[in-house]
Amino acid sequence: MTEQNKQIIKATREGFGAAVAELAKNDRNIIVLSADLSPSLKVDNIRIDLSGQFVECGVAEQNMVGVASGMALSGKIPFATSFAEFLTGRAWEQIRIDVCYNNANVKLIGSHAGLATGEDGATHQILEDIALMRSLPNMTVLSPCDFNEAYKVTVQATKIKGPVYIRLARPKTPILTPNGGPFEIGKISPIKEGRGVIVLGTGPVLSEVVKAVNGLEEKQEEIGIYSVHTIKPIDKEKIIELAKGARGIITIEDHQLIGGLGSAVAEVLADNGISAPLRRLGVNNSFGESGPYHDLWKQHGMDSVSIQVTLKEFLI
Amino acid sequence: MNPFDYSSEQIKKEANILRQNVIKMIAGAGSGHPAGSLGMADVVSALYFKILNHNPTDPKKEDRDRVILSNGHICPLLYAVLASTGYFPKEELSNLRKLGDKLQGHPSKKDFDLIEASSGSLGHGLSVACGMAMASQQNEKTYKTWCLMSDAEHQEGSLWEAVMFASKYKLRNLKAIVDVNNIQLSGDVDQVMPLDLLKTKYESFGWQVIEVDGHDTEDLLVKLEQANNFENGPFVVLAKTIPGRGVSFMEGKWQWHGKAPNTEETKKALEELSKKQ
Repeated sequence: MTEQNKQIIKATREGFGAAVAELAKNDRNIIVLSADLSPSLKVDNIRIDLSGQFVECGVAEQNMVGVASGMALSGKIPFATSFAEFLTGRAWEQIRIDVCYNNANVKLIGSHAGLATGEDGATHQILEDIALMRSLPNMTVLSPCDFNEAYKVTVQATKIKGPVYIRLARPKTPILTPNGGPFEIGKISPIKEGRGVIVLGTGPVLSEVVKAVNGLEEKQEEIGIYSVHTIKPIDKEKIIELAKGARGIITIEDHQLIGGLGSAVAEVLADNGISAPLRRLGVNNSFGESGPYHDLWKQHGMDSVSIQVTLKEFLI
Repeated sequence: MNPFDYSSEQIKKEANILRQNVIKMIAGAGSGHPAGSLGMADVVSALYFKILNHNPTDPKKEDRDRVILSNGHICPLLYAVLASTGYFPKEELSNLRKLGDKLQGHPSKKDFDLIEASSGSLGHGLSVACGMAMASQQNEKTYKTWCLMSDAEHQEGSLWEAVMFASKYKLRNLKAIVDVNNIQLSGDVDQVMPLDLLKTKYESFGWQVIEVDGHDTEDLLVKLEQANNFENGPFVVLAKTIPGRGVSFMEGKWQWHGKAPNTEETKKALEELSKKQ
Protein backbone atom coordinates (compact mmCIF):
# COMPACT_ATOMS: atom_id res chain seq x y z
CA MET A 1 0.00 0.00 0.00
CA THR A 2 2.70 2.46 -0.96
CA GLU A 3 1.90 6.05 -1.87
CA GLN A 4 3.47 5.49 -5.24
CA ASN A 5 1.23 2.54 -6.06
CA LYS A 6 -1.96 3.99 -4.68
CA GLN A 7 -2.88 5.95 -7.76
CA ILE A 8 -2.10 3.32 -10.37
CA ILE A 9 -5.07 1.36 -11.57
CA LYS A 10 -4.84 -1.71 -13.77
CA ALA A 11 -6.98 -4.82 -14.20
CA THR A 12 -6.01 -8.23 -12.88
CA ARG A 13 -6.73 -9.66 -16.32
CA GLU A 14 -4.02 -7.32 -17.65
CA GLY A 15 -1.60 -8.73 -15.13
CA PHE A 16 -2.37 -12.21 -16.38
CA GLY A 17 -2.00 -11.14 -20.03
CA ALA A 18 1.38 -9.53 -19.38
CA ALA A 19 2.66 -12.58 -17.50
CA VAL A 20 1.46 -15.23 -19.93
CA ALA A 21 2.96 -13.32 -22.87
CA GLU A 22 6.31 -13.36 -21.14
CA LEU A 23 6.01 -17.02 -20.21
CA ALA A 24 4.95 -18.05 -23.72
CA LYS A 25 7.91 -16.27 -25.28
CA ASN A 26 10.27 -18.36 -23.19
CA ASP A 27 8.52 -21.72 -23.41
CA ARG A 28 7.10 -23.07 -26.64
CA ASN A 29 5.08 -25.65 -24.72
CA ILE A 30 2.87 -22.93 -23.29
CA ILE A 31 -0.31 -22.83 -25.35
CA VAL A 32 -3.09 -20.29 -24.91
CA LEU A 33 -6.59 -21.52 -25.76
CA SER A 34 -9.31 -19.00 -26.34
CA ALA A 35 -13.09 -19.22 -26.54
CA ASP A 36 -13.64 -16.13 -28.66
CA LEU A 37 -12.60 -13.81 -25.83
CA SER A 38 -8.93 -13.17 -26.55
CA PRO A 39 -9.29 -9.36 -26.39
CA SER A 40 -11.06 -9.59 -23.01
CA LEU A 41 -8.48 -11.99 -21.61
CA LYS A 42 -5.65 -9.75 -22.82
CA VAL A 43 -4.04 -12.46 -24.92
CA ASP A 44 -4.37 -10.85 -28.34
CA ASN A 45 -0.64 -10.24 -28.43
CA ILE A 46 -0.09 -13.99 -28.27
CA ARG A 47 -2.69 -14.52 -30.99
CA ILE A 48 -0.77 -12.14 -33.22
CA ASP A 49 2.88 -12.54 -32.26
CA LEU A 50 2.96 -16.19 -31.18
CA SER A 51 0.23 -17.65 -33.35
CA GLY A 52 1.76 -21.13 -33.16
CA GLN A 53 1.05 -21.12 -29.44
CA PHE A 54 -2.50 -19.83 -29.74
CA VAL A 55 -5.54 -22.03 -30.33
CA GLU A 56 -8.89 -20.42 -31.05
CA CYS A 57 -11.65 -22.78 -29.92
CA GLY A 58 -14.65 -20.61 -30.71
CA VAL A 59 -17.61 -20.26 -28.37
CA ALA A 60 -17.26 -23.84 -27.17
CA GLU A 61 -15.81 -23.92 -23.68
CA GLN A 62 -16.52 -27.57 -22.91
CA ASN A 63 -14.47 -28.69 -25.90
CA MET A 64 -11.77 -26.16 -25.07
CA VAL A 65 -11.29 -27.70 -21.63
CA GLY A 66 -11.18 -31.22 -23.06
CA VAL A 67 -8.68 -30.13 -25.70
CA ALA A 68 -6.58 -28.48 -22.99
CA SER A 69 -6.58 -31.74 -21.04
CA GLY A 70 -5.45 -33.74 -24.08
CA MET A 71 -2.68 -31.24 -24.76
CA ALA A 72 -1.52 -31.32 -21.15
CA LEU A 73 -1.47 -35.12 -21.19
CA SER A 74 0.79 -34.75 -24.25
CA GLY A 75 3.30 -32.51 -22.47
CA LYS A 76 1.97 -29.05 -23.29
CA ILE A 77 1.13 -26.41 -20.68
CA PRO A 78 -2.24 -25.14 -21.84
CA PHE A 79 -3.90 -22.00 -20.51
CA ALA A 80 -7.63 -22.31 -21.20
CA THR A 81 -9.10 -18.81 -21.09
CA SER A 82 -12.64 -17.51 -20.99
CA PHE A 83 -15.04 -15.63 -18.77
CA ALA A 84 -15.15 -17.33 -15.38
CA GLU A 85 -18.87 -18.00 -15.83
CA PHE A 86 -18.52 -19.94 -19.07
CA LEU A 87 -15.37 -21.71 -18.01
CA THR A 88 -16.13 -22.87 -14.48
CA GLY A 89 -19.89 -22.97 -14.95
CA ARG A 90 -20.53 -24.47 -18.34
CA ALA A 91 -17.42 -26.63 -18.50
CA TRP A 92 -17.42 -27.76 -14.87
CA GLU A 93 -17.77 -31.44 -15.67
CA GLN A 94 -14.91 -31.33 -18.17
CA ILE A 95 -12.84 -29.58 -15.50
CA ARG A 96 -13.76 -32.26 -12.98
CA ILE A 97 -13.10 -35.30 -15.16
CA ASP A 98 -10.76 -34.32 -17.97
CA VAL A 99 -8.61 -31.94 -15.93
CA CYS A 100 -8.81 -32.81 -12.22
CA TYR A 101 -9.46 -36.58 -12.32
CA ASN A 102 -6.62 -36.93 -14.84
CA ASN A 103 -4.55 -34.48 -12.76
CA ALA A 104 -3.75 -32.79 -16.07
CA ASN A 105 -1.41 -29.80 -16.08
CA VAL A 106 -4.06 -27.35 -17.27
CA LYS A 107 -4.26 -23.71 -16.21
CA LEU A 108 -7.83 -22.43 -16.23
CA ILE A 109 -8.14 -18.68 -16.50
CA GLY A 110 -11.53 -17.15 -15.72
CA SER A 111 -11.94 -13.44 -16.13
CA HIS A 112 -14.92 -11.17 -15.42
CA ALA A 113 -15.64 -12.83 -12.10
CA GLY A 114 -17.96 -11.26 -9.56
CA LEU A 115 -20.12 -8.15 -9.43
CA ALA A 116 -17.04 -6.27 -10.64
CA THR A 117 -18.16 -7.20 -14.16
CA GLY A 118 -20.80 -4.50 -13.76
CA GLU A 119 -23.09 -3.54 -16.60
CA ASP A 120 -23.20 -6.91 -18.37
CA GLY A 121 -25.43 -8.14 -15.55
CA ALA A 122 -26.03 -11.32 -13.63
CA THR A 123 -25.39 -13.87 -16.38
CA HIS A 124 -21.84 -12.61 -16.68
CA GLN A 125 -21.16 -11.95 -12.99
CA ILE A 126 -20.30 -15.40 -11.72
CA LEU A 127 -20.44 -15.52 -7.94
CA GLU A 128 -20.02 -19.26 -7.50
CA ASP A 129 -16.74 -20.07 -9.25
CA ILE A 130 -14.59 -20.26 -6.12
CA ALA A 131 -17.04 -22.73 -4.61
CA LEU A 132 -17.15 -24.75 -7.82
CA MET A 133 -13.39 -24.91 -8.17
CA ARG A 134 -12.27 -25.35 -4.59
CA SER A 135 -14.41 -28.44 -4.10
CA LEU A 136 -12.46 -30.29 -6.81
CA PRO A 137 -9.61 -32.64 -5.83
CA ASN A 138 -6.16 -31.70 -7.24
CA MET A 139 -7.24 -28.12 -7.95
CA THR A 140 -5.32 -25.03 -6.83
CA VAL A 141 -7.50 -21.90 -6.66
CA LEU A 142 -5.89 -18.48 -7.07
CA SER A 143 -7.62 -15.13 -6.79
CA PRO A 144 -5.27 -12.14 -7.12
CA CYS A 145 -6.22 -8.72 -5.77
CA ASP A 146 -4.40 -6.53 -8.27
CA PHE A 147 -2.29 -6.42 -11.43
CA ASN A 148 0.94 -7.30 -9.67
CA GLU A 149 -0.52 -10.24 -7.83
CA ALA A 150 -2.17 -11.47 -11.04
CA TYR A 151 1.23 -11.37 -12.73
CA LYS A 152 2.83 -13.30 -9.89
CA VAL A 153 0.19 -16.00 -9.58
CA THR A 154 0.34 -16.60 -13.33
CA VAL A 155 4.09 -17.11 -13.23
CA GLN A 156 3.84 -19.32 -10.15
CA ALA A 157 1.00 -21.36 -11.65
CA THR A 158 3.38 -22.77 -14.26
CA LYS A 159 5.54 -24.15 -11.45
CA ILE A 160 2.66 -26.30 -10.24
CA LYS A 161 2.35 -29.52 -12.22
CA GLY A 162 -1.40 -29.91 -12.07
CA PRO A 163 -4.72 -28.09 -12.39
CA VAL A 164 -4.85 -24.42 -11.43
CA TYR A 165 -7.74 -21.99 -11.57
CA ILE A 166 -6.98 -18.26 -11.68
CA ARG A 167 -9.88 -15.88 -10.99
CA LEU A 168 -9.63 -12.50 -12.69
CA ALA A 169 -11.76 -9.39 -12.88
CA ARG A 170 -12.75 -6.93 -15.55
CA PRO A 171 -12.24 -3.41 -14.14
CA LYS A 172 -9.08 -1.46 -13.62
CA THR A 173 -8.58 -1.31 -9.88
CA PRO A 174 -5.90 0.11 -7.56
CA ILE A 175 -2.53 -1.59 -7.24
CA LEU A 176 -2.27 -2.77 -3.65
CA THR A 177 0.85 -4.92 -3.68
CA PRO A 178 4.46 -4.39 -4.80
CA ASN A 179 5.55 -5.58 -8.22
CA GLY A 180 8.38 -7.61 -6.75
CA GLY A 181 9.25 -8.96 -3.36
CA PRO A 182 8.43 -12.21 -1.64
CA PHE A 183 5.46 -14.11 -2.93
CA GLU A 184 4.44 -17.69 -2.50
CA ILE A 185 1.36 -19.59 -3.57
CA GLY A 186 -0.40 -20.90 -0.50
CA LYS A 187 0.90 -18.09 1.74
CA ILE A 188 -1.30 -15.15 2.65
CA SER A 189 0.25 -11.80 1.62
CA PRO A 190 0.03 -8.87 4.02
CA ILE A 191 -1.12 -5.59 2.51
CA LYS A 192 -1.00 -3.92 5.91
CA GLU A 193 0.03 -5.57 9.16
CA GLY A 194 -2.12 -5.19 12.26
CA ARG A 195 -3.24 -7.49 15.07
CA GLY A 196 -6.59 -6.21 16.40
CA VAL A 197 -9.03 -6.67 13.59
CA ILE A 198 -8.00 -8.99 10.79
CA VAL A 199 -9.39 -8.49 7.31
CA LEU A 200 -8.89 -11.46 5.02
CA GLY A 201 -9.93 -10.55 1.51
CA THR A 202 -9.55 -11.85 -2.00
CA GLY A 203 -9.69 -10.15 -5.37
CA PRO A 204 -9.85 -6.47 -6.32
CA VAL A 205 -12.60 -5.76 -3.76
CA LEU A 206 -9.68 -5.58 -1.31
CA SER A 207 -9.12 -2.07 -2.68
CA GLU A 208 -12.32 -1.06 -0.87
CA VAL A 209 -10.89 -2.38 2.38
CA VAL A 210 -7.76 -0.29 1.91
CA LYS A 211 -9.90 2.74 1.16
CA ALA A 212 -12.03 2.06 4.24
CA VAL A 213 -9.04 1.76 6.54
CA ASN A 214 -7.33 4.83 5.09
CA GLY A 215 -10.53 6.74 5.72
CA LEU A 216 -10.70 5.86 9.41
CA GLU A 217 -9.85 8.69 11.75
CA GLU A 218 -8.31 6.48 14.39
CA LYS A 219 -7.13 2.98 15.22
CA GLN A 220 -5.85 2.28 11.74
CA GLU A 221 -2.84 0.59 13.28
CA GLU A 222 -5.08 -2.01 14.90
CA ILE A 223 -6.25 -3.33 11.56
CA GLY A 224 -4.46 -5.91 9.47
CA ILE A 225 -5.33 -6.34 5.80
CA TYR A 226 -4.32 -9.55 4.07
CA SER A 227 -4.71 -10.79 0.53
CA VAL A 228 -5.74 -14.41 0.39
CA HIS A 229 -4.65 -14.91 -3.21
CA THR A 230 -4.58 -18.68 -2.67
CA ILE A 231 -7.96 -19.94 -1.64
CA LYS A 232 -6.94 -23.54 -2.09
CA PRO A 233 -4.77 -24.75 -0.48
CA ILE A 234 -5.80 -22.24 2.20
CA ASP A 235 -3.03 -20.90 4.45
CA LYS A 236 -4.24 -22.57 7.65
CA GLU A 237 -1.20 -21.74 9.75
CA LYS A 238 -1.38 -18.03 9.02
CA ILE A 239 -5.14 -17.86 9.57
CA ILE A 240 -4.76 -19.60 12.93
CA GLU A 241 -1.88 -17.32 13.89
CA LEU A 242 -3.78 -14.17 12.91
CA ALA A 243 -7.01 -15.30 14.55
CA LYS A 244 -5.42 -16.03 17.90
CA GLY A 245 -5.77 -12.86 19.91
CA ALA A 246 -7.68 -10.96 17.25
CA ARG A 247 -10.79 -9.07 18.37
CA GLY A 248 -12.49 -10.02 15.18
CA ILE A 249 -12.00 -11.40 11.69
CA ILE A 250 -13.66 -10.02 8.61
CA THR A 251 -13.62 -11.85 5.29
CA ILE A 252 -14.52 -10.13 2.06
CA GLU A 253 -14.99 -11.51 -1.42
CA ASP A 254 -16.87 -10.60 -4.59
CA HIS A 255 -18.53 -14.03 -4.48
CA GLN A 256 -21.35 -15.88 -2.75
CA LEU A 257 -20.95 -16.28 0.98
CA ILE A 258 -21.69 -19.94 0.48
CA GLY A 259 -18.58 -21.87 -0.47
CA GLY A 260 -16.13 -19.04 -1.00
CA LEU A 261 -13.26 -17.51 0.98
CA GLY A 262 -15.41 -16.82 4.04
CA SER A 263 -16.48 -20.44 4.12
CA ALA A 264 -12.87 -21.59 3.76
CA VAL A 265 -11.77 -19.37 6.65
CA ALA A 266 -14.71 -20.49 8.80
CA GLU A 267 -13.74 -24.11 8.15
CA VAL A 268 -10.19 -23.45 9.34
CA LEU A 269 -11.39 -21.71 12.48
CA ALA A 270 -13.98 -24.37 13.30
CA ASP A 271 -11.65 -27.28 12.55
CA ASN A 272 -9.07 -25.82 14.90
CA GLY A 273 -11.38 -24.84 17.73
CA ILE A 274 -10.82 -21.11 17.34
CA SER A 275 -13.80 -19.04 18.35
CA ALA A 276 -12.82 -15.58 17.12
CA PRO A 277 -15.79 -13.43 16.07
CA LEU A 278 -16.14 -13.74 12.28
CA ARG A 279 -18.01 -11.46 9.91
CA ARG A 280 -18.23 -12.59 6.29
CA LEU A 281 -18.83 -9.95 3.63
CA GLY A 282 -19.94 -11.00 0.17
CA VAL A 283 -23.06 -11.78 -1.78
CA ASN A 284 -25.71 -13.38 0.35
CA ASN A 285 -27.57 -15.96 -1.71
CA SER A 286 -28.64 -13.67 -4.53
CA PHE A 287 -27.81 -12.80 -8.12
CA GLY A 288 -26.25 -9.57 -9.27
CA GLU A 289 -27.67 -7.11 -11.79
CA SER A 290 -26.52 -4.47 -14.27
CA GLY A 291 -24.93 -1.34 -12.91
CA PRO A 292 -21.61 0.30 -12.11
CA TYR A 293 -19.65 -2.19 -10.04
CA HIS A 294 -19.01 0.28 -7.24
CA ASP A 295 -22.77 0.65 -6.82
CA LEU A 296 -23.18 -3.13 -6.86
CA TRP A 297 -20.50 -3.52 -4.21
CA LYS A 298 -22.31 -0.89 -2.15
CA GLN A 299 -25.63 -2.69 -2.59
CA HIS A 300 -24.05 -5.86 -1.20
CA GLY A 301 -22.16 -4.22 1.67
CA MET A 302 -18.74 -4.45 0.08
CA ASP A 303 -17.94 -0.76 -0.52
CA SER A 304 -15.55 1.18 1.70
CA VAL A 305 -18.35 2.85 3.67
CA SER A 306 -20.05 -0.43 4.53
CA ILE A 307 -16.68 -1.96 5.39
CA GLN A 308 -15.97 0.91 7.78
CA VAL A 309 -19.22 0.18 9.62
CA THR A 310 -18.19 -3.43 10.09
CA LEU A 311 -14.68 -2.45 11.14
CA LYS A 312 -16.02 -0.02 13.76
CA GLU A 313 -18.17 -2.74 15.30
CA PHE A 314 -14.99 -4.59 16.13
CA LEU A 315 -12.91 -1.53 17.02
CA ILE A 316 -15.24 -0.21 19.73
CA MET B 1 4.69 -50.85 -35.89
CA ASN B 2 2.21 -53.33 -34.58
CA PRO B 3 4.14 -56.03 -32.70
CA PHE B 4 1.53 -58.72 -33.49
CA ASP B 5 0.67 -58.09 -37.12
CA TYR B 6 -1.90 -60.89 -36.94
CA SER B 7 -3.83 -62.41 -39.83
CA SER B 8 -7.57 -61.91 -39.95
CA GLU B 9 -8.07 -65.46 -38.73
CA GLN B 10 -5.93 -64.83 -35.68
CA ILE B 11 -7.73 -61.54 -35.05
CA LYS B 12 -11.09 -63.30 -35.10
CA LYS B 13 -9.81 -65.90 -32.68
CA GLU B 14 -8.55 -63.20 -30.33
CA ALA B 15 -11.90 -61.41 -30.56
CA ASN B 16 -13.61 -64.55 -29.36
CA ILE B 17 -11.25 -64.77 -26.39
CA LEU B 18 -11.96 -61.11 -25.63
CA ARG B 19 -15.69 -61.85 -25.62
CA GLN B 20 -15.28 -64.74 -23.24
CA ASN B 21 -13.20 -62.63 -20.90
CA VAL B 22 -15.73 -59.80 -21.07
CA ILE B 23 -18.50 -62.17 -19.98
CA LYS B 24 -16.39 -63.62 -17.18
CA MET B 25 -15.34 -60.19 -15.93
CA ILE B 26 -18.82 -58.67 -15.91
CA ALA B 27 -20.36 -61.79 -14.38
CA GLY B 28 -17.67 -61.79 -11.70
CA ALA B 29 -18.18 -58.13 -10.94
CA GLY B 30 -21.95 -58.54 -10.86
CA SER B 31 -22.40 -55.36 -12.89
CA GLY B 32 -21.13 -53.78 -16.08
CA HIS B 33 -21.98 -53.27 -19.73
CA PRO B 34 -21.87 -56.43 -21.83
CA ALA B 35 -23.70 -55.44 -25.03
CA GLY B 36 -21.28 -52.77 -26.28
CA SER B 37 -18.24 -54.66 -24.98
CA LEU B 38 -19.18 -57.73 -27.02
CA GLY B 39 -20.23 -55.67 -30.03
CA MET B 40 -16.89 -53.90 -30.37
CA ALA B 41 -14.68 -56.94 -29.81
CA ASP B 42 -13.89 -57.43 -33.50
CA VAL B 43 -12.96 -53.78 -33.97
CA VAL B 44 -10.79 -53.66 -30.86
CA SER B 45 -9.09 -56.96 -31.73
CA ALA B 46 -8.25 -55.61 -35.20
CA LEU B 47 -6.87 -52.42 -33.70
CA TYR B 48 -4.60 -53.97 -31.09
CA PHE B 49 -3.44 -57.00 -33.08
CA LYS B 50 -2.86 -55.30 -36.42
CA ILE B 51 -3.41 -51.56 -36.74
CA LEU B 52 -2.06 -49.73 -33.69
CA ASN B 53 1.54 -48.75 -33.25
CA HIS B 54 2.06 -49.92 -29.68
CA ASN B 55 4.44 -52.01 -27.66
CA PRO B 56 3.42 -53.87 -24.49
CA THR B 57 7.06 -54.14 -23.44
CA ASP B 58 7.48 -50.36 -23.71
CA PRO B 59 3.98 -49.11 -22.87
CA LYS B 60 4.86 -45.43 -22.57
CA LYS B 61 7.02 -45.06 -25.66
CA GLU B 62 6.62 -41.55 -26.95
CA ASP B 63 5.47 -42.34 -30.46
CA ARG B 64 2.83 -44.88 -29.41
CA ASP B 65 -0.64 -44.48 -30.81
CA ARG B 66 -3.05 -43.26 -28.16
CA VAL B 67 -6.45 -44.82 -27.56
CA ILE B 68 -9.21 -42.87 -25.83
CA LEU B 69 -12.24 -44.95 -24.94
CA SER B 70 -14.84 -42.21 -24.84
CA ASN B 71 -17.61 -44.76 -24.34
CA GLY B 72 -15.84 -45.76 -21.16
CA HIS B 73 -18.56 -48.15 -20.07
CA ILE B 74 -17.22 -50.80 -22.47
CA CYS B 75 -13.92 -50.83 -20.59
CA PRO B 76 -14.09 -54.58 -19.82
CA LEU B 77 -13.21 -54.98 -23.49
CA LEU B 78 -10.31 -52.55 -23.21
CA TYR B 79 -8.98 -54.26 -20.09
CA ALA B 80 -9.36 -57.65 -21.79
CA VAL B 81 -7.37 -56.60 -24.84
CA LEU B 82 -4.65 -54.98 -22.72
CA ALA B 83 -4.31 -58.30 -20.89
CA SER B 84 -4.42 -60.33 -24.13
CA THR B 85 -1.65 -58.21 -25.62
CA GLY B 86 0.50 -58.65 -22.53
CA TYR B 87 0.27 -55.32 -20.75
CA PHE B 88 -0.76 -57.05 -17.52
CA PRO B 89 -1.57 -60.60 -16.37
CA LYS B 90 -4.89 -62.04 -17.50
CA GLU B 91 -5.49 -63.37 -13.98
CA GLU B 92 -6.03 -59.79 -12.84
CA LEU B 93 -9.07 -59.36 -15.09
CA SER B 94 -11.22 -60.88 -12.37
CA ASN B 95 -10.54 -57.77 -10.26
CA LEU B 96 -12.89 -55.68 -12.39
CA ARG B 97 -14.83 -53.21 -10.23
CA LYS B 98 -13.22 -54.46 -7.03
CA LEU B 99 -12.33 -51.99 -4.29
CA GLY B 100 -8.79 -50.69 -4.59
CA ASP B 101 -8.13 -52.22 -8.01
CA LYS B 102 -6.88 -50.53 -11.14
CA LEU B 103 -9.73 -51.97 -13.21
CA GLN B 104 -12.31 -49.36 -12.28
CA GLY B 105 -15.91 -49.52 -13.47
CA HIS B 106 -15.01 -46.82 -15.96
CA PRO B 107 -11.43 -46.19 -17.13
CA SER B 108 -9.38 -44.27 -14.59
CA LYS B 109 -5.97 -42.85 -15.39
CA LYS B 110 -5.51 -42.17 -11.69
CA ASP B 111 -5.78 -45.85 -10.87
CA PHE B 112 -4.33 -47.37 -14.04
CA ASP B 113 -1.49 -45.59 -15.77
CA LEU B 114 -2.02 -47.37 -19.10
CA ILE B 115 -5.29 -45.48 -19.49
CA GLU B 116 -4.48 -42.42 -21.60
CA ALA B 117 -7.38 -40.38 -20.21
CA SER B 118 -10.18 -41.18 -17.82
CA SER B 119 -13.64 -41.52 -19.27
CA GLY B 120 -17.14 -42.54 -18.37
CA SER B 121 -19.17 -39.40 -18.69
CA LEU B 122 -20.18 -39.50 -22.33
CA GLY B 123 -19.12 -36.95 -24.91
CA HIS B 124 -15.76 -36.04 -23.38
CA GLY B 125 -13.33 -38.28 -25.21
CA LEU B 126 -13.25 -36.66 -28.60
CA SER B 127 -12.25 -33.29 -27.13
CA VAL B 128 -9.39 -34.87 -25.19
CA ALA B 129 -8.36 -36.80 -28.30
CA CYS B 130 -8.42 -33.54 -30.28
CA GLY B 131 -6.01 -32.06 -27.75
CA MET B 132 -3.68 -35.03 -28.12
CA ALA B 133 -3.90 -34.96 -31.91
CA MET B 134 -3.24 -31.24 -31.92
CA ALA B 135 -0.20 -31.61 -29.66
CA SER B 136 1.26 -34.30 -31.94
CA GLN B 137 0.60 -32.09 -34.96
CA GLN B 138 2.28 -29.10 -33.28
CA ASN B 139 5.26 -31.30 -32.41
CA GLU B 140 5.38 -32.64 -35.96
CA LYS B 141 4.86 -36.19 -34.72
CA THR B 142 3.04 -38.85 -36.67
CA TYR B 143 1.54 -40.96 -33.91
CA LYS B 144 -2.22 -41.27 -34.05
CA THR B 145 -4.88 -40.68 -31.44
CA TRP B 146 -7.77 -43.11 -31.83
CA CYS B 147 -11.03 -42.16 -30.17
CA LEU B 148 -13.68 -44.82 -29.71
CA MET B 149 -17.21 -43.56 -29.21
CA SER B 150 -20.72 -44.92 -29.04
CA ASP B 151 -23.48 -43.77 -31.35
CA ALA B 152 -25.72 -42.60 -28.51
CA GLU B 153 -23.03 -40.37 -27.04
CA HIS B 154 -23.49 -38.23 -30.13
CA GLN B 155 -26.56 -36.96 -28.30
CA GLU B 156 -24.15 -34.97 -26.11
CA GLY B 157 -23.82 -31.45 -27.51
CA SER B 158 -20.20 -30.87 -26.59
CA LEU B 159 -19.15 -33.80 -28.79
CA TRP B 160 -20.14 -31.72 -31.81
CA GLU B 161 -17.94 -28.89 -30.57
CA ALA B 162 -15.07 -31.35 -30.89
CA VAL B 163 -16.20 -32.47 -34.35
CA MET B 164 -16.15 -28.82 -35.43
CA PHE B 165 -12.75 -28.21 -33.82
CA ALA B 166 -11.09 -31.24 -35.44
CA SER B 167 -12.28 -30.07 -38.82
CA LYS B 168 -11.06 -26.50 -38.41
CA TYR B 169 -7.57 -27.65 -37.48
CA LYS B 170 -7.52 -30.55 -39.98
CA LEU B 171 -6.32 -32.90 -37.26
CA ARG B 172 -4.67 -35.50 -39.46
CA ASN B 173 -3.56 -37.63 -36.51
CA LEU B 174 -7.10 -37.96 -35.16
CA LYS B 175 -8.93 -41.20 -35.95
CA ALA B 176 -12.43 -41.79 -34.60
CA ILE B 177 -14.40 -45.01 -34.51
CA VAL B 178 -18.10 -44.93 -33.73
CA ASP B 179 -19.86 -48.04 -32.51
CA VAL B 180 -23.12 -47.78 -34.42
CA ASN B 181 -25.15 -50.38 -32.55
CA ASN B 182 -28.44 -48.49 -32.18
CA ILE B 183 -28.88 -49.21 -28.49
CA GLN B 184 -28.50 -47.17 -25.37
CA LEU B 185 -29.37 -47.58 -21.70
CA SER B 186 -33.12 -47.18 -21.87
CA GLY B 187 -33.97 -48.23 -25.40
CA ASP B 188 -33.04 -48.25 -29.06
CA VAL B 189 -31.23 -45.11 -30.19
CA ASP B 190 -33.76 -44.37 -32.90
CA GLN B 191 -36.48 -44.38 -30.24
CA VAL B 192 -34.68 -42.50 -27.47
CA MET B 193 -33.19 -39.79 -29.69
CA PRO B 194 -32.62 -40.57 -33.35
CA LEU B 195 -29.17 -40.03 -34.83
CA ASP B 196 -30.03 -40.67 -38.44
CA LEU B 197 -27.50 -39.90 -41.10
CA LEU B 198 -24.45 -39.84 -38.84
CA LYS B 199 -22.40 -40.15 -42.03
CA THR B 200 -23.95 -37.04 -43.55
CA LYS B 201 -23.57 -35.17 -40.29
CA TYR B 202 -19.84 -35.89 -40.08
CA GLU B 203 -19.36 -35.14 -43.77
CA SER B 204 -21.11 -31.81 -43.41
CA PHE B 205 -18.58 -30.92 -40.70
CA GLY B 206 -15.74 -31.65 -43.11
CA TRP B 207 -14.65 -35.08 -41.89
CA GLN B 208 -13.65 -38.02 -44.00
CA VAL B 209 -16.18 -40.76 -43.26
CA ILE B 210 -16.26 -44.45 -44.03
CA GLU B 211 -18.81 -47.07 -43.05
CA VAL B 212 -17.96 -50.65 -42.26
CA ASP B 213 -19.54 -53.82 -40.94
CA GLY B 214 -17.94 -53.98 -37.51
CA HIS B 215 -17.88 -57.77 -37.59
CA ASP B 216 -16.33 -58.26 -41.03
CA THR B 217 -12.71 -58.51 -39.95
CA GLU B 218 -11.27 -58.54 -43.48
CA ASP B 219 -13.12 -55.38 -44.44
CA LEU B 220 -12.40 -53.79 -41.04
CA LEU B 221 -8.67 -54.21 -41.62
CA VAL B 222 -8.90 -52.54 -45.01
CA LYS B 223 -10.91 -49.59 -43.69
CA LEU B 224 -9.02 -49.09 -40.45
CA GLU B 225 -5.81 -49.07 -42.48
CA GLN B 226 -7.37 -46.52 -44.80
CA ALA B 227 -8.22 -44.36 -41.78
CA ASN B 228 -4.72 -44.81 -40.40
CA ASN B 229 -3.11 -43.63 -43.63
CA PHE B 230 -5.37 -40.64 -44.28
CA GLU B 231 -3.41 -37.42 -43.90
CA ASN B 232 -5.74 -34.63 -44.90
CA GLY B 233 -7.77 -34.19 -41.73
CA PRO B 234 -9.87 -36.08 -39.21
CA PHE B 235 -11.23 -39.46 -40.20
CA VAL B 236 -14.16 -41.35 -38.72
CA VAL B 237 -15.01 -45.01 -39.16
CA LEU B 238 -18.69 -45.73 -38.56
CA ALA B 239 -18.66 -49.36 -37.50
CA LYS B 240 -22.08 -50.96 -37.66
CA THR B 241 -22.19 -53.60 -34.95
CA ILE B 242 -24.63 -55.94 -33.29
CA PRO B 243 -24.73 -55.27 -29.56
CA GLY B 244 -24.12 -58.44 -27.58
CA ARG B 245 -22.54 -60.05 -30.64
CA GLY B 246 -21.69 -63.73 -30.11
CA VAL B 247 -24.21 -64.36 -27.32
CA SER B 248 -27.57 -65.20 -28.90
CA PHE B 249 -29.81 -63.99 -26.10
CA MET B 250 -27.99 -60.67 -25.82
CA GLU B 251 -27.71 -59.83 -29.51
CA GLY B 252 -29.57 -56.69 -30.55
CA LYS B 253 -31.12 -56.14 -27.14
CA TRP B 254 -30.79 -52.78 -25.41
CA GLN B 255 -31.75 -54.54 -22.17
CA TRP B 256 -28.17 -55.87 -22.08
CA HIS B 257 -26.60 -52.43 -22.33
CA GLY B 258 -25.83 -52.30 -18.62
CA LYS B 259 -26.72 -55.59 -16.97
CA ALA B 260 -24.55 -58.48 -15.79
CA PRO B 261 -25.54 -62.03 -16.71
CA ASN B 262 -26.53 -64.34 -13.83
CA THR B 263 -24.81 -67.69 -13.27
CA GLU B 264 -26.95 -69.59 -15.71
CA GLU B 265 -26.76 -66.92 -18.39
CA THR B 266 -23.00 -66.73 -17.95
CA LYS B 267 -22.66 -70.47 -18.45
CA LYS B 268 -24.81 -70.35 -21.56
CA ALA B 269 -22.94 -67.36 -22.97
CA LEU B 270 -19.55 -68.97 -22.45
CA GLU B 271 -20.77 -72.23 -24.00
CA GLU B 272 -21.94 -70.41 -27.10
CA LEU B 273 -18.73 -68.47 -27.42
CA SER B 274 -16.45 -71.45 -26.93
CA LYS B 275 -18.27 -73.32 -29.69
CA LYS B 276 -17.43 -70.52 -32.09
CA GLN B 277 -13.74 -70.77 -31.39
